[in-house]
Amino acid sequence: MSTWTPESPVYLDYQATTPTDRRVVEAMLPFFTEKFGNPHSNSHAYGWQAEVGVEAARAQVADLIGADAREIVFTSGATESNNLALKGVAEFHRERRNHFVTCLTEHKCVLEAAHHLEGQGIDVTYLPVGRDGLIDLARLSAALGDKTAMVSIMAVNNEIGVIQPLAEIGALCRARGIYFHTDAAQAVGKIPIDVNAMSIDLMSISGHKLYGPMGIGVLYVRRRPRVRLTAQIDGGGQERGMRSGTLAPPLCVGLGEACAIAGREMEAEAERLRMLRDRLLEGLRARIVGVTVNGDLERRIPGNLNISFDHIDGNALLMGVKDLAVSTGSACTSASIEPSYVLRALGIDDGRAFASLRIGLGRFTTEEEVGYAVGRLAEEIERLGEATATAGAA
Amino acid sequence: MNGAVYLDHNATAPVRPEAVEAVARTLSLVGNPSSVHGYGRAARRLVEEARERVAALAGAQPEDVVFTGGGSEANNLALGGCGRQRILVSAVEHDSILNADATLETVPVDGDGVIDLDALDTLLAREGTPALVSVMLANNETGTIQPVAGVVEVARRHDALVHCDAVQAAGKTVFSFSGLGVDMLTLSAHKMGGPQGIGALIVGAGVALKAQIRGGGQERGRRAGTESVPLIAGFGAAALAVGTAGDGKEGRRLARLRDDLEGRLARLTPAPLLLGQGAPRLPNTSCIAMPGVASETQVMALDLAGIAVSAGSACSSGKVRPSHVLRAMGLGETEAGSAIRVSLGWTSTDVDVERFVAAWAEIDERLGDGAQTRVLVPPAKA
Repeated sequence: MSTWTPESPVYLDYQATTPTDRRVVEAMLPFFTEKFGNPHSNSHAYGWQAEVGVEAARAQVADLIGADAREIVFTSGATESNNLALKGVAEFHRERRNHFVTCLTEHKCVLEAAHHLEGQGIDVTYLPVGRDGLIDLARLSAALGDKTAMVSIMAVNNEIGVIQPLAEIGALCRARGIYFHTDAAQAVGKIPIDVNAMSIDLMSISGHKLYGPMGIGVLYVRRRPRVRLTAQIDGGGQERGMRSGTLAPPLCVGLGEACAIAGREMEAEAERLRMLRDRLLEGLRARIVGVTVNGDLERRIPGNLNISFDHIDGNALLMGVKDLAVSTGSACTSASIEPSYVLRALGIDDGRAFASLRIGLGRFTTEEEVGYAVGRLAEEIERLGEATATAGAA
Repeated sequence: MNGAVYLDHNATAPVRPEAVEAVARTLSLVGNPSSVHGYGRAARRLVEEARERVAALAGAQPEDVVFTGGGSEANNLALGGCGRQRILVSAVEHDSILNADATLETVPVDGDGVIDLDALDTLLAREGTPALVSVMLANNETGTIQPVAGVVEVARRHDALVHCDAVQAAGKTVFSFSGLGVDMLTLSAHKMGGPQGIGALIVGAGVALKAQIRGGGQERGRRAGTESVPLIAGFGAAALAVGTAGDGKEGRRLARLRDDLEGRLARLTPAPLLLGQGAPRLPNTSCIAMPGVASETQVMALDLAGIAVSAGSACSSGKVRPSHVLRAMGLGETEAGSAIRVSLGWTSTDVDVERFVAAWAEIDERLGDGAQTRVLVPPAKA
């Protein structure tokens, strides 16, 4: 067993946020200093220089997902993108199509936007998922009707990392003339995404989930066949009228660079992460009895593991391993004492949901860190198990 | 670009070194402020520290500060989230106010761009529907300062809420949220030397704001989305830097530079048309018309001379049309189409002013009234 110990807590929460890649930071910094212009200033070189940076970044984002640069709308993040996709499409099409389909395990911001639409008189169907966390295509197909405006199904779940059958969903929607939106915040840069091969019409991207900066995201909006939506932030008419507000060139450039790096390194990185994750899971199973993986293990991004332990309280476990930065679920709801609604949707009982842990591996995770995490988790679970056994005996 | 003179601070200000440093330092950290582990809690501390700094700058309480993706979003949030069906705004508001609501009513302004309070009173009295009045603190094109206290007084008589877009005022003039007595106030980091992509809506306790971007419940449920820790830290650093100048010293420095600039122009030519001068205005903004010469021609010529100014707002990129602000002030299309905006800021110096005046004089001589004077009265000057 390795005796390596970390200098600071081991960061294993890559689904909450990723560190900004050094190369991304380097690309951004000039746009905070000498290239500080407003990219919408059309009367001087400061503005043009900033605009050049923004447009190059737009092309880098488009390249990664097989899109045209003109289909990239910069936003402040995936939450805004998801809100824009759902509310923008609903507002534009509600006269003719007032039905949306999504699923129970979507990110909170998609569900909240969908609830908001229901309050506005839109019908929303929430598809269930199976034990594996995946939707059933036959059920999806049955839910689609003449009034369906859009299907919004996430590419990769933020808690359990499972990958939905995007191409199949896209094909179903395209055949019916229904928009397909996917929240790909956890997918882009982790797995290959091609908006044309997958018939994706709208797609949300987050900067800080793919080693880019926080505070920037993208909504991909297809041009052919053309997707129409109503802007949710009005003003100067930036981003082809779909999203007003001064763009932040350093952030755009950072996201562009992050996409370019992901395009080059994704394949090798995925291989490495899969190897690390397998080592993590095998290590835990070798030392702990009663480890269950939540959701499908194969159809999952390589950097995610969501596991439950028999007879262990997840929060007690978290408290015991403060030198590991892991979580019990989504960061947004991590202060909540409710069990994960995602795990519930998989049919996992509350006891097991409470005993779950999300471990997110990423670009800077090392073998030593994984080895250390296995050792610490095993130790702590043994300790908690003994404490429980003692308490039970008393 | 080195050596160029940047006089377009109202479009965006160069990022202050304190803000660059804060952003760069924070970019090297990891942590989602909503995460409960140590990294998350450290990120949360940075966000809350910045919130206090922004609150201090605005004269508000930290819990009143809602971070947004920028000024436009904050303005949209204020109008869309305040729960008032009827919205009245001045005719010279920023596009992110004017376009935020399809049914809003505009209140006229006078020749200096100052809102007509009697007209506001009459409009508010006409209907009983609870209203929101949105009036900017200072105009982005002319720098004209609105009588916000007067607006609040009128609005209170009709139980109307008041929102104030203070994007252009922050860092240039001293004000406070509590002093103004408004219910909501918008700030943008990049107009005061912070990073682009971050702003704030200050929301008083009396407003039950409904989130427009929904999701994980961040910002006390008023604006969802992972907070951008580096941008917020940069915003906080800029607010702190501005705050130390909040004694009005920086404002006086800018006013001296601007008065020097305008005085030199006045000595150059008999009639440089300085717009919006009859009312209180920001110390950094001059709106200058060169009759007979299109704004676009002037800004292009100035750009060639290494001077960055603008023909108005930077937002409507590509759209060449006379400013709605100048039109609302009663200027004709031709006059409005001959104005440029010169806006000073924290990097501006005497040398910048001299270089601008020299370049402007050269253009005026070649294309403007200076040329006409020369042709009409050939050897008049000795």
